[in-house]
Amino acid sequence: MSGTIKIHVDQDKCQGHARCKALAPKLFELDEFGNAHEIGDGTVPADLIEQAWLAKANCPEVAIEIVED
Amino acid sequence: MTEPRPVTDWIHDFDHTDPRWTENPYPIWDELRSASPVVHTDRFLGVYMPTTFEAVKEISYDTDHFSSRRIIVRNERPEVVQPAPPITSDPPEHKPAKRLLLPPFTPDAVRLLEPRVRAICNELIDDFIEDDGCDAAAQYTKHIPVRAIAHMLGIPEQDSDLFIKWIHEVLELGITDTATLMRAVEEMSIYFIGHIAKRKQHPTDDLISSLMNARDKNGQPLSDPHVLGSLRLLLIAGIDTTWSAIGASLWHLAKTPADRDRLLAEPELLPTAIEEFLRAYAPVTMAREVMKETVISGCPVKPGNMVLLSFPAANRDPSVFPDADQVKIDRKENPHVAFGLGIHRCVGSNLARMEMTVAIEEWLKRVPDFRLDTSQKVKWSEGTVRGPRQLPILFGKPS
Ligand code: HEM
Ligand code: SF4
Repeated sequence: MSGTIKIHVDQDKCQGHARCKALAPKLFELDEFGNAHEIGDGTVPADLIEQAWLAKANCPEVAIEIVED
Repeated sequence: MTEPRPVTDWIHDFDHTDPRWTENPYPIWDELRSASPVVHTDRFLGVYMPTTFEAVKEISYDTDHFSSRRIIVRNERPEVVQPAPPITSDPPEHKPAKRLLLPPFTPDAVRLLEPRVRAICNELIDDFIEDDGCDAAAQYTKHIPVRAIAHMLGIPEQDSDLFIKWIHEVLELGITDTATLMRAVEEMSIYFIGHIAKRKQHPTDDLISSLMNARDKNGQPLSDPHVLGSLRLLLIAGIDTTWSAIGASLWHLAKTPADRDRLLAEPELLPTAIEEFLRAYAPVTMAREVMKETVISGCPVKPGNMVLLSFPAANRDPSVFPDADQVKIDRKENPHVAFGLGIHRCVGSNLARMEMTVAIEEWLKRVPDFRLDTSQKVKWSEGTVRGPRQLPILFGKPS
């Protein structure tokens, strides 16, 4: 797996369980209601790709989308 | 009160207050799950229970057919009174009511309370550390959440016993005894009205004042009954849930020395261990009322019935969690639903996680060697919040 990936949090699905933020603090930020947003445009640096997948796998609402280029 | 009939056929006649369910529900849920994704009992005036992750999810997301206006499965269906938004709200009232509560409960906001929670844990441990053992449920896990929430609300931590009494009356006795339930609700209201009145004279910077200062989307302050409802809710929702979660975690470590030793050697596993305890021993089962006929996971569901929304049973579904019946403190993929799913996700989840983490950390620091005292019984709470209410533990290595 060498390609880059991008993450996006679907605001209609996210309910603020904050699992993503705990597992990948450099990729997600939480707003004042505790809902998550991808940081910047969601491009994941190579060394954080594993964290991005881990965050997705632990989100109970299946709110994290990952697009592979 | 007549004694309930003992259950002989779990699949068609289950009873979540049966002593066998209270003692060890997991094999019962496995039996129900292999029978059907949704089971039904005529008890409690008619109740469905989803048994799979998928069925729990479908119901949680379907606020159109499943209302939160009644959230306790009881022998009676009295008129809906004293709503406690947002937990008893449906859309569209739910979202604005919830948004008012969320900001003080973000991970960053909750982190500020951590030093006090750590101190509370150590004060409690000081009281029994010189003994040979303790009842960890009565002397430790019970007091952490109640003192933490009191601290946060800005009410005296010494009033803890009063809160614990109310919660017992509402969540346990109240299932069968409406008079006790109503009296407890009334007493809580009177208690909080006093604290609200004081803050009208002398504002403070605690959670009660912040609720009083909150404004709805039209810029209006919340009515006193709304503030009261929210305060009662925070007290009821935050205490024996977290008490149960910390207690079940300690119970597991007391009876599983391999996991305890591994956590002592690899403290970096604590975050996955906490999530795994939340998954495997999820304390909270919620309820819904069926409003309109529908189909869930292929099973017809009819109005007039309640639903036991078993997040704990969803967490044991082997189609989502491999080896679901085993506790693996390093489980990497764990999208458990101990804090619910959908719009009612637990407001206090970040607080509860922090309390669990700190309580286990401080315990392991000061009591690294401990085991169940098998000469006494572990007692579990009855009803929809499950956790140890008596947890006899001996300190030190077995001699
Ligand atoms: C380990 C401890 C806890 C567990 C397992 C837990 C579990 C849950 C669950 C499953 C729900 C969803 C209810 C539903 O779907 O109807 C919920 C809602 C709620 N919880 Fe917790 N809870 C815990 C601790 C707390 C704490 C510490 C607080 C606050 C101090 C709290 C406050 C609430 C509130 C206000 C709601 C209602 C949210 C809504 O309806 O939108 N909980 N909790
Ligand atoms: S884990 Fe999922 S639901 Fe939770 S904050 Fe992250 S994206 Fe939102």
